[in-house]
Amino acid sequence: MTETTSATSGPIEVWITGIGLATSLGEGLDANWDALNQGRINVDEKTFAPYIVHPWCQVSLDTQIPKKGDQRQMEAWQRIGTYAAGLALDSAGVKGNKDILGRMDMVIAAGGGERDLAVDSGILSAQAKGNSAPAFLNERLMSDLRPTLFLAQLSNLLAGNIAIVHGVCGTSRTFMGEEVAGVDAARNAAARIAAGQSDIALIGGSHNGERKDLLVLYEFGDFNLKDKFAPVWARKQQAGFALGSAGAFIVIESKQHALARGAKPFARLSNVVADLSTRKQPGEVTATLDKLWSQLGPLDSGGAIITGTTGIEPVTSEERAFLQKHADFAVRATGTRFGHTMETQFPLGLGLAALSLSRGALFPAGDSSGAEIDMQGAPSQIVVVGAGHWRGEGMALVEAVK
Amino acid sequence: MTTPRDTFGRPIVVVTGMGIVTSLGAGKSDNWTKLTAGESGIRTITRFPTESLKTTMAGTVDFASVEPFTSTGLSERLGEMATEEALAQSGIGSKGDFPGPLFLAVAPVEVEWPQRMELGRAVGKPDVDYNDLLRISGGGQYASFHNRFMFGSVAAHLAEKFGTKGSPISLSTACASGATAIQLGVEAIRRGETDAALCVATDGTVNPETLVRFSLLSALSTQNEPPQAASKPFSKNRDGFVIAEGAGTLVLESLEAATARGAPILGVLAGCGELTDSFHRTRSSPDGKPIIGCVLKSLADAGMTPEHIDHINAHGTSTPENDKMEYLGISAVFGERAKQVPVSSNKSMVGHTISAAGAVEAIISLLTLEHQRIPPTINYEIPDPAIPFNVVANKALDARVTAVMSNSFGFGGQNASLILTREPA
Repeated sequence: MTETTSATSGPIEVWITGIGLATSLGEGLDANWDALNQGRINVDEKTFAPYIVHPWCQVSLDTQIPKKGDQRQMEAWQRIGTYAAGLALDSAGVKGNKDILGRMDMVIAAGGGERDLAVDSGILSAQAKGNSAPAFLNERLMSDLRPTLFLAQLSNLLAGNIAIVHGVCGTSRTFMGEEVAGVDAARNAAARIAAGQSDIALIGGSHNGERKDLLVLYEFGDFNLKDKFAPVWARKQQAGFALGSAGAFIVIESKQHALARGAKPFARLSNVVADLSTRKQPGEVTATLDKLWSQLGPLDSGGAIITGTTGIEPVTSEERAFLQKHADFAVRATGTRFGHTMETQFPLGLGLAALSLSRGALFPAGDSSGAEIDMQGAPSQIVVVGAGHWRGEGMALVEAVK
Repeated sequence: MTTPRDTFGRPIVVVTGMGIVTSLGAGKSDNWTKLTAGESGIRTITRFPTESLKTTMAGTVDFASVEPFTSTGLSERLGEMATEEALAQSGIGSKGDFPGPLFLAVAPVEVEWPQRMELGRAVGKPDVDYNDLLRISGGGQYASFHNRFMFGSVAAHLAEKFGTKGSPISLSTACASGATAIQLGVEAIRRGETDAALCVATDGTVNPETLVRFSLLSALSTQNEPPQAASKPFSKNRDGFVIAEGAGTLVLESLEAATARGAPILGVLAGCGELTDSFHRTRSSPDGKPIIGCVLKSLADAGMTPEHIDHINAHGTSTPENDKMEYLGISAVFGERAKQVPVSSNKSMVGHTISAAGAVEAIISLLTLEHQRIPPTINYEIPDPAIPFNVVANKALDARVTAVMSNSFGFGGQNASLILTREPA
């Protein structure tokens, strides 16, 4: 697990032509951009206290998911994702274009759906009260589970719902595996376009951080941020991530395909690389990030880095050791602003990189520790970084289209 | 010497190693013997109590064990077993050093009931809710649960054990997952990104909640007695699929790389097709267009026409819906030939291995090409007149087979078809 294949070194340029963001900071590009520039953070320290989460900014779902029946068939993570995917398609100007959507490829990074907490609690309480008959679990599951809940839990049904609601119907692949699934979704889709195996693709993911079942899963590893919010760079004494809620999607396509339909690029997706360090020895993550950096392609000084830093230790310190070698790059940690959205964090970073390049500015620093410095002028290159809380490292180079 | 490129100028992708585990047994030899003898691996479930369940049989793999038992752990173990067999046959790389990426089809992962109940007991009070679980989950005593129930945990383990390169991909396209893993490998080799890919598909998730979930969607057969007769694809009295466990691993290589190292060439991945159905979460579009499009794409990708296909390894789940729609789709593309080409469903014997099915059936398709013998569709006693496929009924058929189409159709509109041949075109 020491080599990585550069995915997008082919001759075909890959452009980002659509961005869809529906996050804890708001819906759409302007709302997110404004919130970032105002330094606003939407954090909930009370509902799940002592655990901290970033709640989704509620929107009128009807604008992107017009049928109530469709909304009912989904759980929150799928609604967030289907909504954000619609925004990306709108942004790319392909919404409703059956010719394009019918051959648009989709690579989704997904986890799974939420449990029915009442059903689980009922079963565990009955068990605690001494009900241990062999058939007890079967009986309760058969009688209590909603028949369609399974479909709201299945990882590939985010893609399924996007196909049903928006008509994205070329190929459909769902990658799983926490943070790096988001990197690999971008890596795979971009590689296919660069090699001429695909013309246009929708990539992204969604995450609902307001879930006790997820808090339990991450509490097993003591990964949840507790008690008090702090920027990810200021959590060393109290490591943890605050689960975030976001849908983040981008539309990528070959330059030729974009030009032919008159689409304007937000940015170019020049390269995506990923690896899996075994994390058995201190320094492995730093070394892996160093190596991925060297594979990105020519980098000018004075660019920017948008990273999905988790706030988990030791991986955050390892990442910081890598970042300190590139002190001339202005760093922005999305985890401080949006929380940790797991599979969605990397697509979110890609969307924010493309947005920043298209607006000719990086959003302001969100931290006073010195990890994030102000940036003057327009960035021409932004490197998106992701080092998973447990496994997986990845990077992308996003560049301005001149 | 064969040209290493196909008619489209792409590297030809061949299979140089295969490994298979199903409810019939471990390994190609055992599976092939039983498949061609028409044996069923479906049996009454003994792993957990089945009282109150509508379905009490499955194709469980009971000869593999993991401790402590989890469905995800069993999936990992089955994937390991299949991969060890495939690597031994292929002779590629060296122990713990596979020279290419891993594409893993695996069931979505979640905390399972035995672990959830262990937590519930640890709470130590009569009314348990998630706040109580949260309160006791930290502190490190359940750290192994985190590691086990990460979606990427199986891939991380297999990548480390077999030394695959780069970031391993865990994927789910429901019942098409196994085919998608192969397709991703084919695409990577065709791009020239790698000379070899390890494509693994595994599913060990027969547990109470999985059964209940599919039961509540009315997807499972309830013809529990005798269990061996429950899976009856294309029969008039079919009533659902039989859930099963298994794994399949294929070592894919470019023909050029395989030839250069003198590797055994077991077959060719001639074409892959995929097309999403946006009609409904669990049902196919009634006009069959997505299935038709998927099949046409696989033929086009292989540079073939229906006349080239001399056997169809059907998805053939034994659900009323799937088998009907599969015939509709195939007959629209194949015309009258849909009634002539021998069609068979391995699921009649091994059940539906869900995430693994596409790879398990691709391997059986390659064994069919190797042995020039088509495994039967067992339990085919009452043909459905609405599905006039030329079903290989109950007994294996010796036939000249040069190109097999293997279909996979899944929830979420996931349609994938593979075309496998014995020799490069």
